[in-house]
Amino acid sequence: MSRTEESGRPVAEAVGISKRYGSTVALDRAGIRVLPGETHALVGRNGAGKSTLVSILTGLQAPDTGRVQFDGVPAPRLSDRDRWRRHVACVYQKSTIIPQLTVAENLLLNRYDRNRGGLISWRSVRRRARDLLAVWSIGMDVDARAGDLSVEQRQFVEIARALSFGARFIILDEPTAQLDAGAIARLFGHIRDLQGQGVTFLFISHHLQEIYEICDMVTVFRDARHIVTAPVADLPRDALVAAMTGEATALAAPRSRSAPAARAGAVLDVAGLRLDGRFDDVSIRVGAGEIVGLAGAGGSGRTEVAETIVGLRVADAGTITVDGRTPRAGHVGDALARGVGFVPQDRHHQGLVAGMSIADNATLTIPDRLGTAGFLNTRRRDAVAGALIDDLAIKTPGPDLPVSGLSGGNQQKVVMARALANDPRVLVLITPTAGVDVRSKEFLLDKVDQVASAGTAVVVASDELDDLRVCDRVLVMFQGRIVAELPSGWREHDLVAAMEGLTVDA
Amino acid sequence: MPEAVTTATGSATAAAEPPPRRTTGRLAVARLRDLALVPAIVLIAIVGQIVNPVFLQPDNLINIGQTMAEIALLVLAQTIVLIAGKMDLSLESTFGLAPGVAAWMTVAVGAGHGTGLLSGAWSIPITLLVGALIGIANAALIVRFGLHGFIVTLGMLIVLRGLLTGISGGQTFFNLPESMMYPGTAVWLGVPASIWICVILLAAGIVLLGYTGFGRALYAIGGNVDAAKAAGIRTDRVLWIALVGASVLAALGGLMLSGRLASVAASQGNGAIFTVFAAAVIGGVSLNGGKGTMFGAFTGILLLFMIQNVLTLAGVPAQWIGALNGAIIIVALVVSRITGGKAQE
Repeated sequence: MSRTEESGRPVAEAVGISKRYGSTVALDRAGIRVLPGETHALVGRNGAGKSTLVSILTGLQAPDTGRVQFDGVPAPRLSDRDRWRRHVACVYQKSTIIPQLTVAENLLLNRYDRNRGGLISWRSVRRRARDLLAVWSIGMDVDARAGDLSVEQRQFVEIARALSFGARFIILDEPTAQLDAGAIARLFGHIRDLQGQGVTFLFISHHLQEIYEICDMVTVFRDARHIVTAPVADLPRDALVAAMTGEATALAAPRSRSAPAARAGAVLDVAGLRLDGRFDDVSIRVGAGEIVGLAGAGGSGRTEVAETIVGLRVADAGTITVDGRTPRAGHVGDALARGVGFVPQDRHHQGLVAGMSIADNATLTIPDRLGTAGFLNTRRRDAVAGALIDDLAIKTPGPDLPVSGLSGGNQQKVVMARALANDPRVLVLITPTAGVDVRSKEFLLDKVDQVASAGTAVVVASDELDDLRVCDRVLVMFQGRIVAELPSGWREHDLVAAMEGLTVDA
Repeated sequence: MPEAVTTATGSATAAAEPPPRRTTGRLAVARLRDLALVPAIVLIAIVGQIVNPVFLQPDNLINIGQTMAEIALLVLAQTIVLIAGKMDLSLESTFGLAPGVAAWMTVAVGAGHGTGLLSGAWSIPITLLVGALIGIANAALIVRFGLHGFIVTLGMLIVLRGLLTGISGGQTFFNLPESMMYPGTAVWLGVPASIWICVILLAAGIVLLGYTGFGRALYAIGGNVDAAKAAGIRTDRVLWIALVGASVLAALGGLMLSGRLASVAASQGNGAIFTVFAAAVIGGVSLNGGKGTMFGAFTGILLLFMIQNVLTLAGVPAQWIGALNGAIIIVALVVSRITGGKAQE
């Protein structure tokens, strides 16, 4: 369509962008240059500064230094939303579609056609919506309720809406995270169509293999800095992974413990586990004293597998055996009684009751040990909690402090204390060191090591390399399946590549 | 809302799945949802006619229309607020207090607690003004200060009821001025004015919600307030207008009832909010916002009043009507759940 004369001028360009939040540097003189008609990938590990760059490129935040240009013209003022909308749009993971309304209304929300009486003319709204979808060859029924659409179709409503404002530069923030393989293939087909019509995309993804499939250029960010921009064809996979990971200094994981005698009777035995749409054919055997990592990117199914083991989800097929017995599926209480300890993914959401005291939180799983006939003996509770506080070195004036008053690291220790309160035979940890400081991180991982030494079987579901480094072996999941097993001492490249669904032959 | 789609296929094996197509007829289904209660209404009419041949007589139909007209205004008001994703429990107290204040200020000294401060001509403007002021108070607390609508209006419900009891001394105002009687007693073209008012407002409400930017903004706000903001809708302003408008409608409904009964009791409207909510939900309005129509809500209240009328005609003792009313609401909910096909929200 419109990729005639502007050939060389970048659709969007950010130069020398710096941005800090308090003492954290989110972007350090970073930049990006996106040429018309290309599909440009932006990659980097968590915290590399991708989201900050996106919010600056879409005008949600102003950079501390540096400048943003569209088609060679400086970006509009932040308050001028309409002009930003004509240059750039971002399809976020969180949908901005209103599910109760039709596709047509979502497309033209607050921009209705009126008839002579000033009332909305639905016929011309529908016609305009149909035209809009036809121009961009998006096949969809404009009268469908948006809530009935698939995730992928909803993304296309958002893209079509962005195009209708005049934007020809569209940022896709992890568009494939919630899609299955078939939907991803269709999404890519649509992206190629639109690309052919002159739409430029900035594509953010954790799945490197997708970048090779769909993108022309790739820009790598690491630690708030721009590392490299190159044509995808010129950047082989291992070079890309190397650019992402750099020579990141690893936490020295002290290993006080030697790997347990191989396969000496599995404490946790997961066989052929399947949850439709999440994971399939997952088998894991963990022996006493063994730490097994379950690695994988977001959406790989690792979290769901861990949640199924502890009974938060019910598998569609397969068995879970703890010490030779099978806890009732989907019954967390039974899993606890069978000796499963659990650190959930998000401490704010599932891990803690923020307003309750440390003592109450740490003993939440063991009320039966704190008294008889449903009454709690507060003195016994404080004694148990006191021991846990000492054991995990939680910094607090006493067990009565509400957990909301603790730092992130200490809160996470309380979650760990709760998981350990019933002396578990199997300990399941999901991203156990998310959002904690380095000290607490070292301490928590040390603790995991210690617990395993005492004979507990441990599963660590995480994508944090530091978490996985304490493991005796790491199972890697990709799109719901275990695709690789790496023994302790793996190389960072290999693990990251496996998590991204690549095989690096080197 | 469950992501029905993500469960469709699980893994990398399903690459060849054809794109899920939605055929036409979606909107038709959505419109049909509006008419879901019509068969039930027809059925009740037939049953009513069998139970007592008086049922379909014009006098009885007008009687049903007149008794429901006042509550129907509350239902229309609540529907506006619910679609925007809020709630207003205090409407039932506004329904009593607004005409109560008007009576208090215009009824002559000596007749009950009247003060006779103003002439009778002021009664209608005062009623509507009190309604607007209550709406402004609600909107200020809910929109401006960001308090939770349910609790704010629950508090207002109690405060406003207490005010009415205070000014009336717990008694009933009689000897209302002529103008106050008019909306509840006048007859236009052989049909009571209150029925006309109700039907006209219903039609206006259907147009407002379906064919104006303001109406669609209510749906957008109730469905996803961030998306509404992103589309340039001034969400706070829309909510202000919705809450104030709903209170004024409630005041008008109260005025119609006062006129018909020629009095304002201290308990006017007491407990009506439960019927109002039930009617709205039976009529397909979502308590979570973003879903429902004026017409649907109206069929909800119509169905409830027809059933009550049939019960009365069937000679059910008055002492049992209360229990039956509650049971009917629950049965009607179950029926609309089955015909609607989806869980009520």
